[in-house]
Amino acid sequence: MNFPILSSLILLPTIGALFLFFTKDKEGNNSTAKYVSLFTTSVNFLISIYLWVSFDQSTSNFQFIEDRTWIEGFINYKVGVDGISILFIILTTFITPLCIISVNNSVKKRLRDFLIAILILESFMIGVFCALDLVVFYLFFEAGLIPMFLIIGIWGGPRRVYSAFKFFLYTLLGSVLMLVAIISIYWISGTTDVIKLYELGIDAKYQNLLWLAFFSSFAVKTPMWPVHTWLPDAHVEAPTAGSVLLAAILLKMAGYGFIRFSLGLFPVASEVFTPLIYALSVIAIIVTSLIALMQEDMKKLIAYSSVSHMGFVTLGVFTIQQQGIEGSIIQMISHGLVSAALFLCVGVVYDRMNSRLISSYGGIVTIIPKYSILFMIFTLAALGLPGTSGFVGEFLILMGVFKDNFLVAVLASIGVILGAAYMLWLYKRVVFGKLINSDLKSMTDLNRSEYFILTCLAIPTLYFGFYPDPLINTIEVSVNDLIDMYNKNLLIK
Amino acid sequence: MENFNLILPEIFIALSIMFLLVLGVFKKESSKLVFNISQLILLITTVITINETFAIDRVTLFKDSVVIDHMSSLMKIITLLGAFLVLTISTNYLKTFKLFKIEYPVLILSSVLGMMVMISSNDLIVFYMGLELQSLALYVLATFNRDQLQSSEAGLKYFVLSALSSGLLLYGCSLIYGFSGSTNFDIISNQLNSDEYVLTFGIVFILVGLAFKISAVPFHMWAPDVYQGSPTSVTLFFTMVPKIAALTVFIRFLYVPFLNLIDQWQMIIVFLSIASMLFGAIAAIGQTNIKRLIAYSSIGHIGYTLAGLATGTNEGIQSSIVYISIYIIMNLALFSCLLMLKRNNKYYENIEDLSGLSKNHPLLSLSLLAILFSLAGIPPLAGFFAKFYIFKAVIEQSMFFLAVVGLLSTVVAAFYYLRIIKIIYFDEEKEKYDEDHSIWLKFSLTFSTILILLYFIFPSQLIDVVSRINII
Repeated sequence: MNFPILSSLILLPTIGALFLFFTKDKEGNNSTAKYVSLFTTSVNFLISIYLWVSFDQSTSNFQFIEDRTWIEGFINYKVGVDGISILFIILTTFITPLCIISVNNSVKKRLRDFLIAILILESFMIGVFCALDLVVFYLFFEAGLIPMFLIIGIWGGPRRVYSAFKFFLYTLLGSVLMLVAIISIYWISGTTDVIKLYELGIDAKYQNLLWLAFFSSFAVKTPMWPVHTWLPDAHVEAPTAGSVLLAAILLKMAGYGFIRFSLGLFPVASEVFTPLIYALSVIAIIVTSLIALMQEDMKKLIAYSSVSHMGFVTLGVFTIQQQGIEGSIIQMISHGLVSAALFLCVGVVYDRMNSRLISSYGGIVTIIPKYSILFMIFTLAALGLPGTSGFVGEFLILMGVFKDNFLVAVLASIGVILGAAYMLWLYKRVVFGKLINSDLKSMTDLNRSEYFILTCLAIPTLYFGFYPDPLINTIEVSVNDLIDMYNKNLLIK
Repeated sequence: MENFNLILPEIFIALSIMFLLVLGVFKKESSKLVFNISQLILLITTVITINETFAIDRVTLFKDSVVIDHMSSLMKIITLLGAFLVLTISTNYLKTFKLFKIEYPVLILSSVLGMMVMISSNDLIVFYMGLELQSLALYVLATFNRDQLQSSEAGLKYFVLSALSSGLLLYGCSLIYGFSGSTNFDIISNQLNSDEYVLTFGIVFILVGLAFKISAVPFHMWAPDVYQGSPTSVTLFFTMVPKIAALTVFIRFLYVPFLNLIDQWQMIIVFLSIASMLFGAIAAIGQTNIKRLIAYSSIGHIGYTLAGLATGTNEGIQSSIVYISIYIIMNLALFSCLLMLKRNNKYYENIEDLSGLSKNHPLLSLSLLAILFSLAGIPPLAGFFAKFYIFKAVIEQSMFFLAVVGLLSTVVAAFYYLRIIKIIYFDEEKEKYDEDHSIWLKFSLTFSTILILLYFIFPSQLIDVVSRINII
């Protein structure tokens, strides 16, 4: 038995949280808590890098598998990674320490509790991407609601209670149907082990209903139009670190779920429902882009842009072609980096001026130049400029869609233009223009920790923009075999 | 000669009750002693039960009117331990209200005796006798705080409605006797002819009586008032212990004599279950008193338990028993928290009183957080697994409608649990509560919270014990 590296990835943050729980800092001083949590998450990041290095890219088989009996004769605790999930794990372990550095500036009260919530959330998020058993997946998927609910509710803005409830109940409502579907799969196939289910396939006559049940959960989480309304509320009210985790990782759980479960387990139904996904995605891309154009709150604008970007992801996944799916995965990784950075950028000016309204800014380029440059990089990445990671994903997705459906591709391309419009307009109104609000003159440029975080996010954004090969090499074989298996299982009757 | 060893627990408790009464009469100021002795008696009885009956597969005694099997011994053990914990954690509460009297433990013991008889009954008469014994004790317990109007009202209401339901139940028994010529479950099951439609009436009457005892919708009206009016320690007892015995009888009644008539009663149980789940979830939203809210939430939880029973399989029964066991642990934890809300000799029981609790009492709030999320059925806490087993059993019988309605009502129920969490964590703080709780109260809270939090590590153990139960 090898060293259980995935379980230690999952457990380590929880152990850190337990440790934090029992440490006592003096009144008003939380340095121990910060260092402990930073240390834990950094170690976790190093472990996940080691995981990536020792990962065998030439096979699509699941690696680092751990398989233990959990509920006798029923569920096994089974975790493992393939090329698709490993990237999400690294994204999680990369973003979390950055979040912890960022709380220095934004979280004012009960910092220790906040860090505990973030660490526990990290455990659950990693668990989601490792799980190879449907019940284990569901467990982690749902459990993440608890810390996120508290993060929004305790540390959020003025309408935090409403947003926290909306977030929790929407997601729970979607997920309970998935639970019914998971138990039904056990009833139909006698196992909830994902690898076995991939081999067996699921009886075609049940697939449509099961697909819809999973869809209800993932659609809320993605979020797809028209069930996206919880997202802007949650983002606006959540503290910066909460928004970052929500946008960068929690939304990706659903995209990952679509690839791993909807495509992998229900190919027949996926074929049936692809037009539905196409329609909803195109509406999401265009409608939410238009909504984003009209926003006056910066966080809300970025939240709506997330919905639109995730629309590209779902579009790419259901092209069921090599480029489309690879594009979706890269788009998710890129969106994870870029949206995290954009929320942090909003957080930076919010911490200084206590306002997120676009109209209260303008002309800050001369006052805080470093900030303006980094903000520009991420703005351009968000609109998909060549040379940034955003371009690679969108380009691959559109390529996949063009092969499949010309009309949808054209409509989605309109979304790209709209995306450029609202992002550039946002940037223009905030950074350029006349300096009207004289309070802005007192703003200080990025401090060391902010500078460090944003640079950390900018480097991979640009690097993968120019040279996406490391990402593509990791996912290529897995995606290829997923499509083969999809086509094979499509014949099951 | 019958094997008296097997009913030694009942005999022991009965003799102890008489001894305690005598002791109370002759010795002045004996309430502390009686309390301690009765706790000891409950523990000893638990040990006897484990020793004498736990390994036994199935034995019937007294012309088949009493049955000892895995289910009866397990349920007796849960009952006894539940009663023991109720006694230990409520002493401070009773002292505050000057209710620390010898009658209290004696009444609890007699109701426990009644429940044990119910649990082992294999005959309508024996079952009815046990039921009345426990009910009589419970009426008195509900009114135990005589000086308080609400408590008397609760007891009276409980008595009147309960007597009515007992009447219905007895009428059902007589109908069944009329058709089968016997009161014994085994004989009834052999004599039955499913063409007799009037027999269905008998079953329905008995089900009404039983549904009343476990407060399933639409026979739940008494529960909120009684739960709110009774002293908190008695409410704790009401929510935990009598449900076990009533559930056991429910199972035995449906699955021993009337399994062949499953087509007749399945719809009724499904209806009771759906109605309880939905009603419990919706009615709890508007409550302001925690005890009243717990009453509605217990109605909802009974709905889930009944969903397991509706399946008509051994697995369904097992999942119901797992559910009720986990529910009891969650309830114990919740009431331990409630008993800690004390300031200047006054107990607080409104939801508003929890406002901002997390700032002054971080540990207590954390336990409440775990308990409430567990009650709402959010993984990875114990409450999720309880629901999971139930829905697994339900879906395996292809009862998708029941499963979907049940899971959707968990979302509604999640709303009111979240509301309490919101008040604890998001609202402004109030004055501090006392922190000098008895060691037993702290122990029961810690113990049950840890069970709730860490249940996911060893989920198989409870299943292993329960999976020996084999009724069909």
